[in-house]
Amino acid sequence: MKEKNTILQWIDERLPVITFVRKHLIDYPTPKNLNIMWNFGSLAGIMLVIMILSGWFLATHYVADTEKAFASVQHIMRDVNYGWLIRYIHMNGSSFFFILLYLHLLRGLYYGSYKKPRELLWIIGVVLLILVMVTAFVGYVLPWGQMSYWGATVITNLFSAIPWIGEDIVILILGGFSVDQPTLTRFFAIHFLIPFVIVGLTMIHLMALHVSKSNNPLGVEVKTKDDTVPFHPYYTGKDVLGLAVFLLIFAVVVFFFPQFFSEPENSIPANPLVTPEHIVPEWYFLPYYAMLRAIPDKLLGVIVMFGSVFILFFVPWLDRHPIRSALFRPLYRQFFFIFVAVVFILGWCGSNPPQGVYVVIARWATVYYFAFFLVIMPLLSRFEKGRSPPESIHAAERMKL
Amino acid sequence: MVVPMSNDTDSSSHVAVDAVDSGRRDFLYIATGSVATFGTALAAWPFIDSMNPSRNVLSLANLDVDIARIPVGQAITVRWRGKPVFIRHRSASEINAARNVDVSSLPDPQDDTQRVKKPEWLITLGVCTHLGCIPLGNKIGEPRGDWDGWFCVCHGSQYDTSGRIRQGPAPTNLQIPPYTFIDDHTLRIGTDKA
Ligand code: HEM
Ligand code: FES
Repeated sequence: MKEKNTILQWIDERLPVITFVRKHLIDYPTPKNLNIMWNFGSLAGIMLVIMILSGWFLATHYVADTEKAFASVQHIMRDVNYGWLIRYIHMNGSSFFFILLYLHLLRGLYYGSYKKPRELLWIIGVVLLILVMVTAFVGYVLPWGQMSYWGATVITNLFSAIPWIGEDIVILILGGFSVDQPTLTRFFAIHFLIPFVIVGLTMIHLMALHVSKSNNPLGVEVKTKDDTVPFHPYYTGKDVLGLAVFLLIFAVVVFFFPQFFSEPENSIPANPLVTPEHIVPEWYFLPYYAMLRAIPDKLLGVIVMFGSVFILFFVPWLDRHPIRSALFRPLYRQFFFIFVAVVFILGWCGSNPPQGVYVVIARWATVYYFAFFLVIMPLLSRFEKGRSPPESIHAAERMKL
Repeated sequence: MVVPMSNDTDSSSHVAVDAVDSGRRDFLYIATGSVATFGTALAAWPFIDSMNPSRNVLSLANLDVDIARIPVGQAITVRWRGKPVFIRHRSASEINAARNVDVSSLPDPQDDTQRVKKPEWLITLGVCTHLGCIPLGNKIGEPRGDWDGWFCVCHGSQYDTSGRIRQGPAPTNLQIPPYTFIDDHTLRIGTDKA
């Protein structure tokens, strides 16, 4: 690529950064029919940057010491210049990160973005999701409130369900016999490290994306140049608009409803001798938590809970239907929306005490959750007829006009 | 792409729609760019400011010291904002030595009366103005240098009984913190207001 500017040209001949930017961010051919659901990947990337930035500034004031951690967070809120703002950005940022990732994931599930040739792209995405979950979990322990402490206790004890070696694994994770100083120190180290692993893996996610290129709402592969527009200015513009709207919503929560997502119990300092009456995880873990509590057997409950996430890895092989987008699969489409509703129901069960009707509902919802992947997907792959998708993106757009 | 705006048959209006209005486009670019730059700077400020001293640090800004028991000719060191402060009870001869100086001949000319509020009490930061070591001379038996003030062993700066630099690499006199005497035996460091 010839540059007009000779300095840029000089650099580009030695290190082709400009060629790279041109290829991947400017000329990059993108399907011209991407809808709003394609905004959430880039938003998640920006959210990751916001989390790393705000997190670093918090780390400059936070003290990972069981005696001082809670107080140091109060110190951030009260004494540090704009500490309240930085903490509220980070705290609510994690909730918004999950909103973005879940929308991003459901987009893929709806439009069949996991199907050939994007299986690996999808798998890397699930790994990213799990890493974000781990980061959020250990991060929640850091303020050392009652929910931090007891959440850490409950979740680490899940591993004690593993036969034979479970107890030893828990001791290994905790660095002791209960959640204590060694746990806090290592959780802080983990919380600081993993986001950078996520940055690296996101790069790989994008590398894989730029091999197979974006899917699109119609689910038909790009055939000719008529199907695409250059990334810049069409999708840079669309992404920036999406970012502006997103940041506006984010700012409203940070400034006016900063406690919207948070649990009052965590404003009480950790007390290893008193368990709060009602332990609930953050909202983004509620559906999994509901499935854990729906199962009366300890080991089975743990397997179901982890399985509910790990099952996502196998989606490309559970759904083998030749049509990609749910737009042309009326049956799959219905089951998909029921699935989304079931996830919300599970979340609602998870936020209520594990008694009576909630357990019954959670059990049925768990059954549907797994049936969706293990029964409905394979059956529909064989028996759903579907409607035939259009010839090409361009042809479909022309028909609309 | 031709976008018919109206049924107007006047061909010039079509030309106007077709052509790129580069003036307007430039305006949009510059306006967007300025808002983005200004917005980023605005959003960056809270993060940068969070690195400044927090309120609990600033609230330790004042320190009250009981100076009644410091004998004439001796000095004590107290810690204020994390730094040493020298409080020296000067003898008459030390005051004399500080005042009988041709001020204009000093590296950092300053009259002793500008450096003290009460002649017998000299209060300075115990931080060498060269590179920040703590000069010797506050404790009995420590070297006080040729001018009977302080001697910085790091690179050999020497200060007189007014804390002024007399010899060595330090560029300026020892700094005077804000202070005030609350009563005869209580010194408040950190503020000039009584
Ligand atoms: C840190 C977390 C993540 C970041 C920063 C991220 C970022 C992105 C970006 C920027 C794109 C391209 C734009 C778009 O299609 O929206 C993309 C595409 C994609 N991502 Fe992610 N992603 C993340 C997590 C995930 C997860 C959890 C999954 C699924 C489980 C996933 C699956 C996919 C798939 C399948 C595509 C291709 C989509 C298509 O073109 O239809 N990603 N990702
Ligand atoms: S620091 Fe005192 S002389 Fe260099």
